[in-house]
Amino acid sequence: MHAPDGFLTAGTAMATGAISVSTVTIALKQAKGQMTEKMVPLAGIAAAFVFAAQMFNFPVAAGTTGHLLGGALAAILLGPHVGALVVTVVVVVQALAFADGGLTALGYNVLNMAIIPAYGGYAAYSGFRRILPQGRRGVVGATGLAAGVSVIFSAAAFAIQWLFGATAPVPFDTVFGAMVGVHTMIGIGEGVISALTVGAVLSARPDLVFGASDLDRAQLEESDRAPLRVFVIASVLVTMLLATVVSQFAVDGPDGLEAVAEDTGFISSGQEHGLTDSIFADYATTGINNEGLSLAIAGAAGTIITLAVGYGLFKALRPRGKVLGH
Amino acid sequence: MGVGHAHALYVHEHSIIHRLPPETKVLGVLLFVAAIAVTPREAIWAFAIYAAIEVVVVISARVPFTFVLSRLLTVVPFVLFALFLPMIGEGKDVVFVGIPLSSEGVWSMWNILAKSVLGATASILLAASTEVPDIVRGFGRLRVPAVITGIASFMIRYLEVIAGELTRMRTAMVARGYDPRWLSQARPIASSAGTLFVRSYERGERVYDAMLSRGYTGEMPAIDSHTTSAGEWAVALFLPLVAIGTAVTAFVTL
Repeated sequence: MHAPDGFLTAGTAMATGAISVSTVTIALKQAKGQMTEKMVPLAGIAAAFVFAAQMFNFPVAAGTTGHLLGGALAAILLGPHVGALVVTVVVVVQALAFADGGLTALGYNVLNMAIIPAYGGYAAYSGFRRILPQGRRGVVGATGLAAGVSVIFSAAAFAIQWLFGATAPVPFDTVFGAMVGVHTMIGIGEGVISALTVGAVLSARPDLVFGASDLDRAQLEESDRAPLRVFVIASVLVTMLLATVVSQFAVDGPDGLEAVAEDTGFISSGQEHGLTDSIFADYATTGINNEGLSLAIAGAAGTIITLAVGYGLFKALRPRGKVLGH
Repeated sequence: MGVGHAHALYVHEHSIIHRLPPETKVLGVLLFVAAIAVTPREAIWAFAIYAAIEVVVVISARVPFTFVLSRLLTVVPFVLFALFLPMIGEGKDVVFVGIPLSSEGVWSMWNILAKSVLGATASILLAASTEVPDIVRGFGRLRVPAVITGIASFMIRYLEVIAGELTRMRTAMVARGYDPRWLSQARPIASSAGTLFVRSYERGERVYDAMLSRGYTGEMPAIDSHTTSAGEWAVALFLPLVAIGTAVTAFVTL
């Protein structure tokens, strides 16, 4: 998702840039309070960890691999502020030193790859923790679900930015369906790996998991680990459910409209140029007919993401008893 | 989703571009890329000027053209997306060799191709002519908060160490017959990721203790006494200003 220069309009780049800069300023202030003078060395080496973790290739399906994005994982291990800051530094250095992602695209790349996964992922994590049982299994399960959701959040956020700053005549629902569809698959891998990683850290140094700092050692030492297979099957089921809901919006909507059009008879005139057999021909009409629906999906998804990021920020800004580390 | 970033893009040379102070190059590249990003896509001649500027920089930095081309591979997924735009764009109003295309889609394809390739080339040239710690120092001199540049320098300094640990873990796994095909075999990857995090964090604490014993108070000492001359600024900003002039002309004439 390292978008290059010119992918969205200059206005969108500037608007997302302003949002990113102001959120990073808040994160910087809060992270300083959390880590005090240890901040620079600890966050720096944590950033190197996230950078290296993105080199871990994990299997997505037979033969293909994806790699960890790490935004939600960093937020759960280090806290959302330090997590957001650390992933921001990673994304900026990737653009500058490795030419991965455009320099004028940094506004939306930082927003989509660092801020939304970190704060949105942390909000989802706090939510899932409430539902799931307290203790080790709850932490691991909530991490997996939140990490998966965080990837879908960033894919949806990108599609919404496309609605405002598209540089190509591709309708929002096509981009939304494609982005969210592909990233649901990536989200499964992200969720499984993040959950198991947090599980491994909990076994070795439970005090290092920021998201579990409300639990004491006894609660974390229960030994019954949920079998991995169960976890994978559960996450696939959740994802398929999500994908079905999304595809209802993205695909069935236009089909429904077309059905109505056919019933009322005004689609017959569409046959004349002989292109209606092509899959792509459909998009041209659906994009226009479907503007209201597109806006509705974008609005709903945008509200959910903004609420999640806002909740994550709020949750993280509340004073808390424990400080990271020991 | 890209590939790993094991090596930076630096090309060791002694060119005029390599010698420029990093902050002038960083600001120059940012201005140049911003000019490209705001240029209207119909001004094809403007993009030709930008490309010519980049060719001049490639030659004067003595960076091999093949190196630049090989590093441009990071934009490939987006280029592929752009190539499909004439086919999936709305409103098929042109027919080219029997294929109905959207002229709006063709323009979009051109826009994304031109801007992403020119922008990535500019980033590659900055990274090829400036060592990574110098890029960070350049940002510091451009008044980016010291905490951010500090985190970035630490990250860069320890990246090789941590990536090296990762590589050894992976080698050990492969040597024991690990060959993941399915997601249910992901546990070894995750437990090594967890171990790597704990090791990195503990290394961070040791580094902090070592710094503390050498008098660290939370701020890195300033050992940077270079002052950049007006001449160096002029050399570095000349081509970016030409690009800005081009962008303004493109705006006015369209």
